[in-house]
Amino acid sequence: MYEHDVIVVGAGGAGLRAAIAAQEEGADVAIVSKLHPVRSHTGAAEGGINAALREGDSWEDHAYDTMKGSDYLGDAPAIETLCKDSPKEVIQLEHWGMAFSREEDGRVSQRPFGGLSFPRTTYAGAETGHQLLHTMYEQLVKRGITVYDEWYVSDLAVTDEERPEDRTCHGVVAYDIQSGELSGFRATEGVILATGGLGQVFDHTTNAVANTGDGVAMAYRAGVPIEDMEFIQFHPTSLPSTGVLISEGVRGEGGILYNAEGERFMFEYGYASNDGELASRDVVARAELSEVNEGRGIDDEYVHLDMRHLGEERIIDRLENILHLAKDFEGVDGLEEPMPVKPGQHYAMGGIETDENGETCVGGLYAAGECACASVHGSNRLGGNALPELIVFGKRAGAHAAGKDLGTAEIETGQRGEYEVGEVDTPVQPGEVEPAGGESDAVADGGVAAETGSGDGHDIVERAVTRERERVQSLMEKDEGVQHAEIRSDVQESMTRYVNVFREEEGLKRALEDIAEARERYRDVFVKDPSRTFNTDLIQTLETRNILDLAEAITLGALARDEFRGAHWRAEHQERRDDEWLKHTMLSWNDGSPELWYRPVILEGEDKEYEPKIRSY
Amino acid sequence: MSTQVPETETETETEAETEVEHDEPLAPAQEERMRKKAEARADREERARREAAERAEGDDDTYHLKVFRFDPEVEGKQEPRFDDFHVPYEKGMTVLDALIYARDTFDSSLTFRHSCRQAICGSDALFVNGRQRLGCKTQLSDLDQPVRVEPLPHAEVEKDLVVDMDHFYDQMEAVEPYFDADELPDGELEEQRQTRENREKVKMSTRCIWCGACMSSCNIAAGTNEYLGPAAINKAYRFAMDEREGEDRKQHRLNILEQENGVWRCQTQFSCTEVCPKDIPLTEHIQELKREAVKSNLKFW
Repeated sequence: MYEHDVIVVGAGGAGLRAAIAAQEEGADVAIVSKLHPVRSHTGAAEGGINAALREGDSWEDHAYDTMKGSDYLGDAPAIETLCKDSPKEVIQLEHWGMAFSREEDGRVSQRPFGGLSFPRTTYAGAETGHQLLHTMYEQLVKRGITVYDEWYVSDLAVTDEERPEDRTCHGVVAYDIQSGELSGFRATEGVILATGGLGQVFDHTTNAVANTGDGVAMAYRAGVPIEDMEFIQFHPTSLPSTGVLISEGVRGEGGILYNAEGERFMFEYGYASNDGELASRDVVARAELSEVNEGRGIDDEYVHLDMRHLGEERIIDRLENILHLAKDFEGVDGLEEPMPVKPGQHYAMGGIETDENGETCVGGLYAAGECACASVHGSNRLGGNALPELIVFGKRAGAHAAGKDLGTAEIETGQRGEYEVGEVDTPVQPGEVEPAGGESDAVADGGVAAETGSGDGHDIVERAVTRERERVQSLMEKDEGVQHAEIRSDVQESMTRYVNVFREEEGLKRALEDIAEARERYRDVFVKDPSRTFNTDLIQTLETRNILDLAEAITLGALARDEFRGAHWRAEHQERRDDEWLKHTMLSWNDGSPELWYRPVILEGEDKEYEPKIRSY
Repeated sequence: MSTQVPETETETETEAETEVEHDEPLAPAQEERMRKKAEARADREERARREAAERAEGDDDTYHLKVFRFDPEVEGKQEPRFDDFHVPYEKGMTVLDALIYARDTFDSSLTFRHSCRQAICGSDALFVNGRQRLGCKTQLSDLDQPVRVEPLPHAEVEKDLVVDMDHFYDQMEAVEPYFDADELPDGELEEQRQTRENREKVKMSTRCIWCGACMSSCNIAAGTNEYLGPAAINKAYRFAMDEREGEDRKQHRLNILEQENGVWRCQTQFSCTEVCPKDIPLTEHIQELKREAVKSNLKFW
């Protein structure tokens, strides 16, 4: 067993920042990641990082834009924390040498982005995430922070008191991908989940193959509520063949969208007459699909994004990476032709419920970055707000776990204070196939809480290891059954078909049925590769379980929310209903049967209350 | 082990599925559903096998891959060999797409690293038709058949296409790869000004994705394990040429680089530059650092 004060799971932007912060507070910290840190998906972020740095801009304006962009489903204390902390954090990166694009006077460049009232998106060409990830990894090397790379964290060691709020996380169980060794990692101060996105729940996504939502699913099964899962952002400009992202920076710099008739549809058809291509992502994604659905798409699938008029010099200076992506993955020269684009799953607004210090309701368990929901993005994330989220909340979680006093959080977590029990009419019984407490085999069983009783954190982690070893063994010992790839692709297809940009009740119910069926088949899943060395068959089989639980959570939330807010569009409900729905969707696993409940949105900021306004364009 | 191994051909086969067995009795409807699924699966696999064989007859819509296989753990895979896969081709398909198809359809034990599939995570550098390339950004249509896919040469093979990257990472970290300015501006919100020209100068060097293609292609790096290699030297270039670091720091960096295993080992063969998937002018960067090293040392002669 390994032991450290703080264990960070995941080595993208949030994980690296958390580790650095924890170490600065004097903690012995280690990162456990299924990839080497420089392989993390943060590296694929393109557009930029929002921070109010300039005269004429203010954190208050940034907060206002973010709240408005969220369609009033963000919590003010989290949003204000994000906007107040991000200038300092962005300049911190600059001080660490990050290669930002520069103005003539040598200061960092900023550009316009969708939904922002000021051009406050700081960037490094169209490769901001790559520069950020590498800059932070350099700092990690400088500090000599321990990294267990290519170790797959598959379980949390959490005690099993009845109420999640009484439980404690003592560490994690991880599988060394290279050797097949399963080991416990005890954290004496805290575990921070920074496992990133869950795009692999869908089959057309801008996310990496590694983005299977492991952290969210593990926390969920350990009893931590997950929040606002139905809000999935579909980025309007991904390449049709692969889902590779074409940055919003293209539209920020003046790129134009055209339909098959050569019409600039954002204006022509009045989707967003004031903002055009720079309307919020949800608006543009719906506009594009409407064009395709009404027969004005190209090849019945996509639209064109044109940046030729920007001129070669400007394109090379600010969007060079986009030229490479269009060329390599679609065979299109962006200087000569418009690029094909369509909406693709891009970001999960929801995730593990945390407060503004990154704490969950389970003692010693933190989350930060895309896997967490504080919540700053509400029902629609503004472009350029993901990277500041990583560093701001990564840092806070790291520092807090290492013992720094960040003051009392204003956001409550867990089933405390004011909340309301929810109900939803589902066609199937969601959750585990086997009833809780029943004869569930190690494969199908999702509960992670280790037994309590006498013993310290060390014993709790040991027990979690034993349990996980049994699960892995049973998967490996089976020599026939269903393979994960089949289950995974069926769920991905169903989600893309029914729980996409446009959603209707019948489709959502179909998706739940498909997921339930996939759960049935997962009972028979087996790992064909008998090897202990680099067994990706096993890892993907474990990941597929996470995809199942998250697909169900997303769909349940979407079915229950009968209104239209931000990225969540419902055919039968075309109005935002503030009287009933200014609240967060919460889902608790409860030993295998998902329980739905709601918590009111906090619109009360430090100095003002954010007043919901009608979205008009 | 080296990847230069005698080739032994074996045909891969997908195993026929047998009826799935259940420990617990299932509801009749469910039983029926499972039975149908198992039949469908058996049908599908049978069809896939038949189609693969038919396409192997020279159908244009299929690509023939010869993929290196090796696993020290598994009997039958301990002797390195090449497996043949016939993958149905779709426009735009990359080498990585073909490998994923082969793994998910024919053999789930086929092992390779990959994640972002957009040429930024750097994990799928492979030796394809005799050249280091990123699987995700290499179009099948640009390659002659059969497409030969091997792990990066000059690295220990762990399994199939996965090589040990530890040596590569060690070299990267040996050059003290982190920014170290002499002094920071007063005030936590003040930037260190950098001219556009200077940013432009280091820009290409900052694009490295640590894929290891350059190291693998370099004869010198292959000959001795001590040579820092193109990627690490490029990383040092990124900082040595950054005007925000001071003179003393630059001198310290040059001291690291001009040691026996630094820049002077480069024989200007340009193989690193040729294979770099991010078009970084690696050889030029190395030469520029040689020049800097000479210039700085001349002061003391």
